[in-house]
Amino acid sequence: MSIDTVDVAAQNPDDEQPWAELGLKADEYARIREILGRRPTTAELAMYSVMWSEHCSYKSSKVHLRQFGDLPKSDALLVGIGENAGVVDVGEGYAVTFKVESHNHPSYVEPYQGAATGVGGIVRDILTMGARPIAVMDSLRFGRADAPDTARVLPGVVAGVGGYGNCLGLPNIGGELLFDECYTGNPLVNALCVGVMKHEDVHLAKAEGAGNKVVLFGARTGGDGIGGVSVLASETFDAEGPAKRPAVQVGDPFTEKLLIEACLELFAQDLVTGIQDLGGAGLSCATSELASAGTGGMHVDLETVPLRDSTLTPAEILMSESQERMCAIVEPGKVEQFLAVCRKWDVRAAVIGEVTDGDRLTVDWHGERIVDVPPRTVAHEGPVYERPMQRPADLDALQADDPARLTRPATPAELQAHWLAVVSSPDGADKSWVTEQYDRYVRGNTVLAQPEDAGVVRIDEQSFLGIALSLDGNARFARLDPYTGTRLNLAEAYRNVAATGATPLAVTNCLNFGSPENPEVMWQFAEAVRGLADGCRELGLPVTGGNVSLYNQTGDVAINPTPVIGVLGVHEDVRTRIPSGWRNAGETVLLLGETRPEFGGSAWASVVHGHLGGRPPVVDLAAERSLAELLAALGRDRLVASAHDLADGGLAQALTESALRYGTGARLALGDDAFTALFSESAARVVVTTTEPDRVRNVAAAAGVQVTDLGTTGGEALVLDGVLDLPLAELRAAWSATLPALFGGPEHSTVFTVPAGTVPTS
Amino acid sequence: MRIGVITFPGSLDDVDAARAVRLAGGEPVALWHGDHDLKDVDAVVLPGGFSYGDYLRAGAIAARSPLMQDVVAAAHGGLPVLGICNGFQVLCEAGLLPGALTRNSHLHFRNRDQLLRVERADTAWTGDYADGQEILIPVKNGEGRYVAADADLDRLEGENRVVFRYVGGNPNGSSRDIAGVTSENGRVVGLMPHPEHAVEDLTGPSTDGLGFFTSVLKAVVNA
Repeated sequence: MSIDTVDVAAQNPDDEQPWAELGLKADEYARIREILGRRPTTAELAMYSVMWSEHCSYKSSKVHLRQFGDLPKSDALLVGIGENAGVVDVGEGYAVTFKVESHNHPSYVEPYQGAATGVGGIVRDILTMGARPIAVMDSLRFGRADAPDTARVLPGVVAGVGGYGNCLGLPNIGGELLFDECYTGNPLVNALCVGVMKHEDVHLAKAEGAGNKVVLFGARTGGDGIGGVSVLASETFDAEGPAKRPAVQVGDPFTEKLLIEACLELFAQDLVTGIQDLGGAGLSCATSELASAGTGGMHVDLETVPLRDSTLTPAEILMSESQERMCAIVEPGKVEQFLAVCRKWDVRAAVIGEVTDGDRLTVDWHGERIVDVPPRTVAHEGPVYERPMQRPADLDALQADDPARLTRPATPAELQAHWLAVVSSPDGADKSWVTEQYDRYVRGNTVLAQPEDAGVVRIDEQSFLGIALSLDGNARFARLDPYTGTRLNLAEAYRNVAATGATPLAVTNCLNFGSPENPEVMWQFAEAVRGLADGCRELGLPVTGGNVSLYNQTGDVAINPTPVIGVLGVHEDVRTRIPSGWRNAGETVLLLGETRPEFGGSAWASVVHGHLGGRPPVVDLAAERSLAELLAALGRDRLVASAHDLADGGLAQALTESALRYGTGARLALGDDAFTALFSESAARVVVTTTEPDRVRNVAAAAGVQVTDLGTTGGEALVLDGVLDLPLAELRAAWSATLPALFGGPEHSTVFTVPAGTVPTS
Repeated sequence: MRIGVITFPGSLDDVDAARAVRLAGGEPVALWHGDHDLKDVDAVVLPGGFSYGDYLRAGAIAARSPLMQDVVAAAHGGLPVLGICNGFQVLCEAGLLPGALTRNSHLHFRNRDQLLRVERADTAWTGDYADGQEILIPVKNGEGRYVAADADLDRLEGENRVVFRYVGGNPNGSSRDIAGVTSENGRVVGLMPHPEHAVEDLTGPSTDGLGFFTSVLKAVVNA
């Protein structure tokens, strides 16, 4: 095999190169030649092509994402955007790092491995910051629940999220599961990980100190995950070479568990100067980012990389996305101790290079120079595009199609039928079929997990300091108005965290959109970013980082804009957390916040009428803030026994979930317009139960939050006085049958039909 | 009272088991799979997890680790040993307990709050319970279906060595609803559900699991 070295490239400047097949544009290729003053070598071309991809370079989104960096400085933010994950001060010397990332396309191709390695990747990002990962969450979206392809993709994705997270020993504390036609062919798999450390343990991804060693440790490098660049292994370069490799990486959570324990021991013994995980773009990314963020110089001897497959070419080794690998910068005097820790945990480690003076990243292959580049041009100075934007042509018509025209239930029987339809729809139904496949107990610090509004985890067993996390994204609202919809998603995640009694502290996001080359999609994206930035400014919260997933579309049809927003909150004492379920009879049920007739993008319109149109609900972040402060006070003073956020499906959904949690009903009076009370999706609302209604009313009045008396808990039915009497047994049967009927395993293999009353979502 | 908790590569619930020992009033002692050193502990817990990634068979590789040779020898001498979930799988693979754990009948990993009936309150790990008492503790596994030949199951039941049975639904298809079994001398107990996850009101579905750890402290004193 002849190697394309820097010398060869200089001598043969006109060799044809497959830049287009590697996804580069003509002007991008020209710029690489300009940077290097010659044509790139095969290995250099590989590095630039993966690092300048949309996924790694954020070239279409960068100009918009800058708004997050422009938000006012937050005292809580210890490390901001740009590192592997942001880091937030939660008090008592603890720092928390959290981030959500997409693994959408791999999960469609190979659901189990795609989802599993999505979890693995985000966990390594958190680990890289110096933190112990303590929990995961997953936000999942699929095509119609009854579509054949959903039956192929969903079980594998759920098993993959569970298989990897369970084996790592990370509790899954919450997430989302939603269905919509627009995700057929483009399922969304967004995974979140949160980790905790002490302030002084924060580690950064940079290579400093000439002479320090570059150590690659973890799994050996194989041919998996080379993907779109598989052309490098094809006849274009070497007809004798290996066959095309699978594009989807294969995960090994056992190796990652060992990697976690080894890394934490390396951090504790202070053996690491800088560290970076290997994810997308593999070694190309890790080496160029470490060098670029450090003093600039690094040399790697690529033949020292431990391989799973000895036939890999240098370019393939640089691009391989084999999982469970990390790259550390280690002082020479500490290398032996570093390798000893790796041996203890059966983790393979190899010194592959060192930090050098100067500002070049050089890579040799058996003594021949195959890469000689300025690392910043690879990692941080990629192309940036100001893509054209255009308001979607159909948006006016969509917004004008007001749900006020939709037929409302005329009789109590119809009201009950609509109620059952909403809560037994795949979006509204019991998610136990999924969440039972996830370990929520491991590590013994899970205070609240799904189906609660937010996950709550204790981080200190003495002081009971803890955190709350929620992940939310209503794409119907974002489709109707991406700016407002994104603010509503932020408000919902914020409210979910607040409903547990936590104080919201910081925001992360995963922005899932169609092709940025479509001006209408680009407009949606820009509006969503603007909405999130404005919303965070109003709520006084920093954006700590995030992830952008574009090209989620089949042909010309893009998914609904789907900004998934994560909010982190802090509990000074998790023992005062507020659960969402009703345990006791005789508590007063109160609605906090104001209900308006708002049905645009609602679950009711979607489930009952297959309708999406009109305007999303009004968002009032000042009201959300007042409500959150009120809930924190109610929790602290233990004035409420339960609190449940109102969102998709409105009060009907919230009442159902609170009542079924422990099998406690309620007798309620909803006023003259029970329909609006039940199905409106007005924001800034929470339903609480209390044994001290007068004190709650007083505190709420002082906070400027409207209180509506709904009734009293108790009994084995949800009774609307003079309207309907819905036995919990009937409600539970409808709510819990849907997902097992659709996806059930052998236990349920005889049931294939959706239960009566269920109307699949549009 | 020193209770050892073994960490194998891939052990996950070792921190939980150590916490449960502490909350019960014992002193948890970390034991490492690769050492031949039981550190003079009075009892041993094999925690849950995926030792060696469940490769080959769940528990098979861990059962052949250096420390397990010492555990087997000490167990034959009467050392109380508790295997939880993956620890139960290790004990079966090591030959300290009969039977085997196979893939759940429904093929899914399942995490549930599960009712168990205590069938024997006179083992080293169940003395603080009453015969027939029902306890609520989490179950979470993908390979938790207890199986053995019918003759062996008959013998186990005849010798009264079934310690726990699933009540209100069998979460994994285990033969005869068996959730846990014990050795002939009642000192070694293995079960799939997780008592160490039910030791605090804040984080568990109950505190019913604490009894395992208080029981063994008394069993050691009385031994």
